[in-house]
Amino acid sequence: MSISRRKFLGWLGAAGFGSALGNTARAASNKHFDGYPNSNGVLFDNTRCIGCRKCEEGCNRVNELPEPERPFSDLSLLDAKRRTTAKAYTVVNRYDDIVSEKGPLYTKFQCNHCLEPACASACFVRAFTKTETGAVVYDASVCVGCRYCMIACPFEIPTYEYDKAFTPRVMKCTMCYPRVVKGLLPGCVEACPTEALTFGKRQDLLKIGRERIAKFPERYEDYIYGENEMGGTSWLYLSGEPFKDVGMREDLGVTPAPKLTAGALSVVPMVVGLWPVLLTGIYAINKRKGKIEKQEKEQAVVAALEKAQNEAEAKLSEAMEKAEKEKAAAIETAVSKALEEAAKASEEDAGDTAVEDADKKSSEEDS
Amino acid sequence: MSDEATTTGKSYLTPFNVIAGIIIIIGLFVTVMRFTKGLGAVTNLSDYNPWGIWIGFDLLVGVALAAGGFVTSAAVYIFGMKKYHSAVRPAILTGFLGYAMVVVALNYDVGRPWRLPYPFIMQQGTTSLLFEVAACVALYLTVLFIEFSPAALEWLGLKKARNIIIKLTLLLTIFGVVLSTLHQSSLGALFLIAPSKLHPLWYSPYIAVFFFVSAIIAGLSMVIFESTLSHHYFANKMDAAHLKEKDDIALGFGKAASFVLAGYFIIKVIGISEGNHWHLLGTSYGLWFLVELLGFVALPCFFYAIGVREKNLRIIKWTAAWTVFGIFLNRLNVGLIAFNWHLPSSERYFPHWMEIAVSVFLVTVILIVFRFIVTRMPILYAHPDYPEEH
Repeated sequence: MSISRRKFLGWLGAAGFGSALGNTARAASNKHFDGYPNSNGVLFDNTRCIGCRKCEEGCNRVNELPEPERPFSDLSLLDAKRRTTAKAYTVVNRYDDIVSEKGPLYTKFQCNHCLEPACASACFVRAFTKTETGAVVYDASVCVGCRYCMIACPFEIPTYEYDKAFTPRVMKCTMCYPRVVKGLLPGCVEACPTEALTFGKRQDLLKIGRERIAKFPERYEDYIYGENEMGGTSWLYLSGEPFKDVGMREDLGVTPAPKLTAGALSVVPMVVGLWPVLLTGIYAINKRKGKIEKQEKEQAVVAALEKAQNEAEAKLSEAMEKAEKEKAAAIETAVSKALEEAAKASEEDAGDTAVEDADKKSSEEDS
Repeated sequence: MSDEATTTGKSYLTPFNVIAGIIIIIGLFVTVMRFTKGLGAVTNLSDYNPWGIWIGFDLLVGVALAAGGFVTSAAVYIFGMKKYHSAVRPAILTGFLGYAMVVVALNYDVGRPWRLPYPFIMQQGTTSLLFEVAACVALYLTVLFIEFSPAALEWLGLKKARNIIIKLTLLLTIFGVVLSTLHQSSLGALFLIAPSKLHPLWYSPYIAVFFFVSAIIAGLSMVIFESTLSHHYFANKMDAAHLKEKDDIALGFGKAASFVLAGYFIIKVIGISEGNHWHLLGTSYGLWFLVELLGFVALPCFFYAIGVREKNLRIIKWTAAWTVFGIFLNRLNVGLIAFNWHLPSSERYFPHWMEIAVSVFLVTVILIVFRFIVTRMPILYAHPDYPEEH
């Protein structure tokens, strides 16, 4: 299948291997997707373009788009900057601020058919497909109409049929996919009278581009636009002046769009996997904290009760001891008193026997 | 609709009802226009500006401000802050209605709304962050509905069903936090694919984290804001526990918001640093960025702290409203104002009045449904048959 790689990566991402496997492979090979081998492209050379709008006309005809308000022969439309619309897959703009003898130059805008398309990466129903022919095609039968593809496209190409209530579609150039699979040229390429457009294998077009630059270095900027922009596009551009002066952005970078979101997507399975563990853990910790608090409270109550009891017991035993002592003292005094009385009485009896008796009595008391 | 929400039974012609009635009539008119004449008839959307306020406001702001549900239920049921228990039901209800509005609004915005289930039943575009957003929002709306349902079931007297759902509370809360983490951040990550269109001060590889952290701020502030309004309009519906805990909630959530705002401020500054965009601060977009960062992040962070320190509820409540407005501003900046900043002003988007009418209409419907529910169901009070058991 034409989207097998994207699909495969998508599955990996969904399964949570996106970050691990995808990046390892990238890092190891130090390569990004170069596009399908032998996929097609179109080379646009603005030094050959005369702004005749025949390509617009050809596009309109082969794609059966609605008749424009003003005919294609009306070149006054070039006075204003235009963009692709739901009724025009391609437009040509004129840039006459250029001061050199090369001006004015023209730029033809249409879908660039990225090697790794932002629209296809952004679409949540996979309505876009990068085919092996190189064309990025759109399937209106599944499109929900969220227009995220239009947000995502760095070249601002997809358009929308805002005026349709029930069957609005995203409209964009198909690189004439239905014609190309039949062996025909894209409508615009066929219509171009000056060979400003060259259709062919992308690899060959890059070679042709480099050759032209090498042959006529003063005629061209030494750069093929689309070779690396956003990871590379099937549509390639040669220009006689800096690309920013002919309406093309030079700040897009070389990162393919899917890579921009790969990191965020790779976090998803991690959150799904770890958040419940973390949250359950926090819940458990808090529950345990509550439990321990409760236990500690109970223990404190027990301890307090115990302490109170011990204190009470200690007081009691102290009191008992005191009472005992008092009792003992009382007995002693009573005894000594008795002894004294006895002594007094025994004085009247014989001396020795009396002393022995007293000793015996006190030893009995001690035990 | 506005009539049935009125419970006084005296006069239906209260100022609220009259204004709401007018808004609803206009809203219904625009709704008919939208679904019979198409997006072009009621919006200023264009090929350069495929997303307008129905995404920028209804989706981005709506989802952020509905974060109170997951923040509050996580605080109470997972982090064990039981003293905020009375904030859970109003927050869940606000969240549920917010997400419901988002889904309704999406039906206006997408070209063929009857195909909204297609990403799940036809082909799964798993490489799209929008797929993640769609999946999580759909699931989370369901979770919020279940989390909200005990209040409705108590009102309807369905004891058994209610008790079964109460048993699921922890599970639902965890599920809700997971889903919220994913889609709150993914709403920011939606813009990762368009570095050439979003102004570099707002575009950041961390934008997903920014969206998630600011959603927590939005959630905390919305709870305070919503509780203030509820107390103002439905004080008679609040039971003793709600009235008693209300101030504690404002203080606690205000304190949390102050901390999270401080963290958010730091990571936003790290964001500028990461891209080395300091020089852009001097441009007009830079000044606008500073208004957002200093005026709506640093300032409320400071005032929340003051309010909590001095136990000044007035400051906290005003700061909550200010913060909510700041989140609104941030989402509009990312979605609309700093998006397509490179285009000439003639190609920039400004909403059609009918787009605004639909958004206002949807918010009004939320308010009416909110009023309908809190005046009938045990949201601001505990149902007498189910005394506080948590």
